Amino acid sequence: MLKVLLDILSVPAILVGVIAMIGLIVQKKSFSDTLKGTIKTILGFLILGGGAGIVVGSLGYFGAMFQQGFGIQGVVPNNEAIVSLALKDYGTQTSLIMAFGMLVNILIARFTKLKYIFLTGHHTLYMACMIAAILVAGGMGGAPLVILGSILLGFTMAFFPAIAQPTMRKITGTDEVGFGHFGTVGYVLSAWVGKLVGKGSKSTEDMDFPKGLEFLRDTSVAISLTMGILFIIVAIASGKTFVEANLSGGQNFIIFSIIQAITFAGGIYIILAGVRLILAEIVPAFKGIAEKIVPDAKPALDCPVVFPYAPNAVLIGFLSSFLGGIVGMIILILIGRSIPVAIILPGVVPHFFCGATAGVFGNATGGRKGAFWGSFAHGLLITFLPVFLMPVLGGLGYANTTFSDADFGVVGIILGNILRLFVK
Amino acid sequence: MNILVCCGSGLGSSFMIQINIEKILKELNVEGKVDHADLSSAKGVKADIYVGTRDIASQLYGLGGEVVSLNNMIDKNELKEKLSSTLKEMGKI
Repeated sequence: MLKVLLDILSVPAILVGVIAMIGLIVQKKSFSDTLKGTIKTILGFLILGGGAGIVVGSLGYFGAMFQQGFGIQGVVPNNEAIVSLALKDYGTQTSLIMAFGMLVNILIARFTKLKYIFLTGHHTLYMACMIAAILVAGGMGGAPLVILGSILLGFTMAFFPAIAQPTMRKITGTDEVGFGHFGTVGYVLSAWVGKLVGKGSKSTEDMDFPKGLEFLRDTSVAISLTMGILFIIVAIASGKTFVEANLSGGQNFIIFSIIQAITFAGGIYIILAGVRLILAEIVPAFKGIAEKIVPDAKPALDCPVVFPYAPNAVLIGFLSSFLGGIVGMIILILIGRSIPVAIILPGVVPHFFCGATAGVFGNATGGRKGAFWGSFAHGLLITFLPVFLMPVLGGLGYANTTFSDADFGVVGIILGNILRLFVK
Repeated sequence: MNILVCCGSGLGSSFMIQINIEKILKELNVEGKVDHADLSSAKGVKADIYVGTRDIASQLYGLGGEVVSLNNMIDKNELKEKLSSTLKEMGKI
């Protein structure tokens, strides 16, 4: 009997379903709502796995072309892609770390001065997943892995909003709302650079900036476009003959690249739909419980919360972070000539969401100059962090994608290297 | 009545606004189904009211529903005010 129970609970999809169900029962939802929510959560997890297959297929072609064209591994950082891959192996650990990590977050907010409740559910899921992968790679397992992982996750959920708060107060003009997005180190860096360079610089919002780039807010379109450009470049570098003989089955290499780029965007779209279903029941439960136990808590919200405060800085931040990503990539290619190193390509999702946020933070401390140079520094940072993160990810470190946002890099590098000291 | 909240990736901020809208609908005693989505999906979802922050609301016009554009996604009073006035125009309250 116990064996059957354990077997059921070790299927990650069912485990997240059970977690959602507990959340729904605690909230005293009706039987039909509980059943609906539980099934939808399980459905979300399975959909996410389906999207993973699509993304991996497309990235596999990309990796093969990059390898052929440049002789080194090319990596497109994207949280959704790497998480969908990782959940196949670390799904159970991730679900448990996520559930208990949220409880630790509530306890920290209740009993310490870090009053932040981290409500950006998808980032909680991604961070839980990365911590699980690193702990497994570091040789841990079983209950100690879940306990240590949950404490670490709960701590990051309260700590990162706290270091963003001084600049958040400047941006929003209140202390009521926290900032919860695991790119915080990049935003704090941007705010710091902004302070250094931005003396007397006017705010980005005092200037007219073309609105024509607003369509890039549509994630699927932005991913298709940038992946299309990257795919076409590597297709040309690897050569028409190589692609058509080995990969596309005779289809024209440019057409093949465009289709694969949009297929990649399609895979991400499916993964996001899955993540949305998983979080639909878990986040409201977490929020409801947290509000009851920690009445003076500050909700830490997803990065677009700051976008309406400085829409121009959003666009400047994106472009300038992307530019930083390109410069960083060129530096890596130059280094790669003498030492073998993975080449981190500018992924549009991190540069858009995190770069844009870095722009708003830089603008808050250093106006236009701050927005530009702060996001540029952020773009460099999220290009170099994955280089050091990938070696500690175990088997995941060989994928053609990796975690993208700054805090994943910082937490992962520190945790992975500490584990190396202790384990071996 | 269907309300769809949109943001760039349809994960975090639109979800928070959705939770707030659900609370407000309950306060106003209005029956409604609220959901959240990314911009690409928004076009394929029929809703009576589309909600987004002002930096993306411009892309929600022409989808066939009323549009509520928010200056500040954390300001529940602004949300309540704008939503109630839209609901009044539609004759829902």
